[in-house]
Amino acid sequence: MTSFRYIGTKRRAKEHPRFVSGRGRFVADIALPGMKHVALVASPHAAARIVSIKTDAARAAPGVLYVLTGEEFCANTDSLAIGVDAPKVTRFALARGVVRYAGEWVAAVVADSRALAEDAAERVEVEYEPLPHVIDPEAALAPGAPLVHPAHGSNLLYHRKFVWGPVEEAFASAEHRIAFRAVWGRSATVPIETFGVAAQWDAGTGILDIWASIQMPKFPDQAARALRLPGNAVRVHYDVDVGGSYGVKRGIKHTVLVGYLAKKLGVAVRLIEDRLENLRGGDMQGPDRFFDMQVAFGADGVIRAMKIRAVDDVGAYAGRSPFQLGKPVTAICGPYAIGAIEYEPISVMTNKTPQEAVRGFGQSPTNFAIERAIDRAARHLGMDQVELRKRNFIRKDQFPYTIPSGSTYDSGDYHGVLDETLAAIDYGSLVRARDEARRSGRLAGIGISSCLEPSGGNSAFEVLMNPKNENTTWMDSCLVRVDLSGAITGVIGNSSAGQGHESLVSTVLGEILERDPETIRVVRADSLTALPSNSPVGSRMAIMLGGAAAGAAKTIKETLIAIAAHNFECSPEDLEYRDGSVNVKGAPSKEFSWDQLVEIAHRKFHKLPPGIEPGLQAKFVWEVPTGGALPTPEGRIQIYPCYAFEAHVVLVEIDPDTCKPAIRKYLCGHDCGVMINPDIVHGMTYGGIAHGLGAALYEKFAYTEDGQLASGTFMDYLIPSAMEVPAMAIVDHCTPSPLTTFGQKGSGEAGYLGAPAAIANAVNDALAPLGASIDTLPMSHLAIWNAIGARKGAAST
Amino acid sequence: MSETLHAVSVEVNGKPRSAQVPARLSLVDWLRDDLLLTGTHVGCEHGICGACSVMLDGEPVRACLMYAVQAHGHRVTTVEGLAKPDGSMSVLQDSFCEAHGLQCGYCTPGMLIAAQGLLNTNPDPTEAQIRDAIGGNLCRCTGYQQIVEAVQLAAERTAKEAK
Ligand code: FES
Ligand code: FES
Repeated sequence: MTSFRYIGTKRRAKEHPRFVSGRGRFVADIALPGMKHVALVASPHAAARIVSIKTDAARAAPGVLYVLTGEEFCANTDSLAIGVDAPKVTRFALARGVVRYAGEWVAAVVADSRALAEDAAERVEVEYEPLPHVIDPEAALAPGAPLVHPAHGSNLLYHRKFVWGPVEEAFASAEHRIAFRAVWGRSATVPIETFGVAAQWDAGTGILDIWASIQMPKFPDQAARALRLPGNAVRVHYDVDVGGSYGVKRGIKHTVLVGYLAKKLGVAVRLIEDRLENLRGGDMQGPDRFFDMQVAFGADGVIRAMKIRAVDDVGAYAGRSPFQLGKPVTAICGPYAIGAIEYEPISVMTNKTPQEAVRGFGQSPTNFAIERAIDRAARHLGMDQVELRKRNFIRKDQFPYTIPSGSTYDSGDYHGVLDETLAAIDYGSLVRARDEARRSGRLAGIGISSCLEPSGGNSAFEVLMNPKNENTTWMDSCLVRVDLSGAITGVIGNSSAGQGHESLVSTVLGEILERDPETIRVVRADSLTALPSNSPVGSRMAIMLGGAAAGAAKTIKETLIAIAAHNFECSPEDLEYRDGSVNVKGAPSKEFSWDQLVEIAHRKFHKLPPGIEPGLQAKFVWEVPTGGALPTPEGRIQIYPCYAFEAHVVLVEIDPDTCKPAIRKYLCGHDCGVMINPDIVHGMTYGGIAHGLGAALYEKFAYTEDGQLASGTFMDYLIPSAMEVPAMAIVDHCTPSPLTTFGQKGSGEAGYLGAPAAIANAVNDALAPLGASIDTLPMSHLAIWNAIGARKGAAST
Repeated sequence: MSETLHAVSVEVNGKPRSAQVPARLSLVDWLRDDLLLTGTHVGCEHGICGACSVMLDGEPVRACLMYAVQAHGHRVTTVEGLAKPDGSMSVLQDSFCEAHGLQCGYCTPGMLIAAQGLLNTNPDPTEAQIRDAIGGNLCRCTGYQQIVEAVQLAAERTAKEAK
């Protein structure tokens, strides 16, 4: 393998000093002159007609500048984008006429301080006439169900049955078949920073400036469109530190609302969600999905075919959330060589808070369902779960490997990673520890999951799920400048939420240009000066931003060599580039230093070769490798380019009295190709596992029957702390991707994609001696207690 | 209706600060909005996440659960006050950088306060004691692993420096 100078070495993140010293610049830290603050009036009903809104008392309250309602707002702005083909499912930041979920925003109060805005919000009087509502997705699909959007004609947003390969034949002839339902509870990433946005309208220039806590592709375009402004009238500042996102920090409705207010009122306006606004009305809840799984397999454990029916409840509006059923198409058989797959995604609306993109974009729930199927198939046959996985894994020598749904996996060594993981955790002694615990009367179980992280962020599920959408372009880019002093600056066009993009870009530029990354600065353009970016979604930045930075740096390097060749009157092939200097091969003293070359580029036009631009900068815009295609009529398509692999092994013990599960051992084998910064990759993986632990055991946006969110605080929505998250270990493995600059794959969703499955399998292993099982997340203490109780009840009758 | 104001005098990061504030103003809002010490963050405003942690007379407290007037006559240390007297990073801050004990940095000020509070009274903590000390601070990025390692590193380094 190529050896690198900076890539893959231990390097401190460039971003850290500002955060540990309290000098981060988060959106709530941005104080604009004369800034006003927004508080929101939210619907208490899951579904209701708005009879009247009285704002006089609120307007008269101290410090109040304005009270905005949906009538005015919706008349003056356009609907937010609707991902699938459902033009009547329009969506605005403020409700007009009807409310469709409890917590939906009805009015916005603008005042001198947030406290005064909240005071006044309590004085807005809204009269509602409650309407029938529906919370359960199956009930929402039943005839006669209340319609969330009557104009759409039904609660069904998307439905298609894909059949890739001879599924029915395989089921008819297979020796064994199982069927079960796996349920993924409604949870989300819930960053510790809520969403926030500040906006300022400059009537002199006609530009709306926006600072927001965002991670969203096409954010400036969408904001401008909804505000009925040309794209070049909206300037989004990407130099805002984002306090965690992992997918959900979209905030487009908040931004259109605040942008409208700032422009209309001519003052700077800011909205920082409080935690209840965030959890209930921030539209940041995640997939809420059940899977009806059917698997056909032989006595040898080899899976012949799989049928997956996935019903996903997106809540009251569409947005991009139905697409979270589409991304898993790109890894629909997981790491297994399954020749025939039926996949039936169904997207349903109910009167719940809308869903937003969550880490993995629907892949983690799908991996959970597939890995529960693997576990159940092994139990059905009485076969060791490791053995069954190995019999089905795609082999190392089969790559590139095209799966039935049309995506080609780039590379992998699934057998190798699983073997190394089991060796590192000493699987034999893990089994003995479990059995020992069982003998002493405790409930203990081992869980394994093996799954993929599709990476590279090519969102071709859009064209797959919406025939009217022809967006096949998901580029990213980087501009590199070398100034007259010889210092290097990388310019990127996105904000970051902890992924370390400044570290990534400086390391890559340093690697190619052979300059110390410590001396390289990385800054963020705003949306009017930035090159195109699709933002850090879909585990794409190591691949896409890393690749773009490398491409720009290579151009700089070629330019320097061309300048030296011109002045030595030789061919570039006769020269070698070392640490930024260029010398004649075999004659190290015949050299132009970095400083000399930079000076020629900037100041000595007479020494520049013809055709070379003066100054020293280069841009590189890169389309996703393997991207750009439309689907076939059967819905086969290459979605993501690169496929990282992870294998989780976990030992869980359950207290038999309280049913509280505790993780005793956790190991994750991980192969994301070449790691650019191992500390960053490991950190995201640990964080992903902790997040997956939450989804598996604790976190749920629960709704009461009357449609109220029952988890509107951190006392009800339970994010795991350092007491619940165990010490973990990671085993690295490196199968480079043949598609990327350095062999890297993505890793931003690592850990989260396999942890819920592994933990669920471990809990089931612990319950197996009792004959109990559970396939619904989160597996709370109560749910486990009920599963055991149900079994005991069944046994005693 | 203008709110009644109350006088507060607090030593913040070693400097005396005085102000007239309404009774309902939380300590964290006073620090952030009036004193412009925006290193202290707000995550929940109901005492669970720990992002707002500051030290009150050397003990970590939640600045979202205190009113500014309650800090009257006390000493408050925020993340901005953790640096060495010459302004360089403290051993703990540097260890967080070295061990990659943070990602987005949002929980970090609170984590630093909680960990420094521990190290002040227990310079050689076990892993369990570290987890206990930061158990009231939520981090969504790191899974806590590298935070625990950062605190361990800081303890080791401090012990070495003392030798
Ligand atoms: S903001 Fe104070 S504990 Fe969360
Ligand atoms: S570093 Fe992001 S929440 Fe802890």
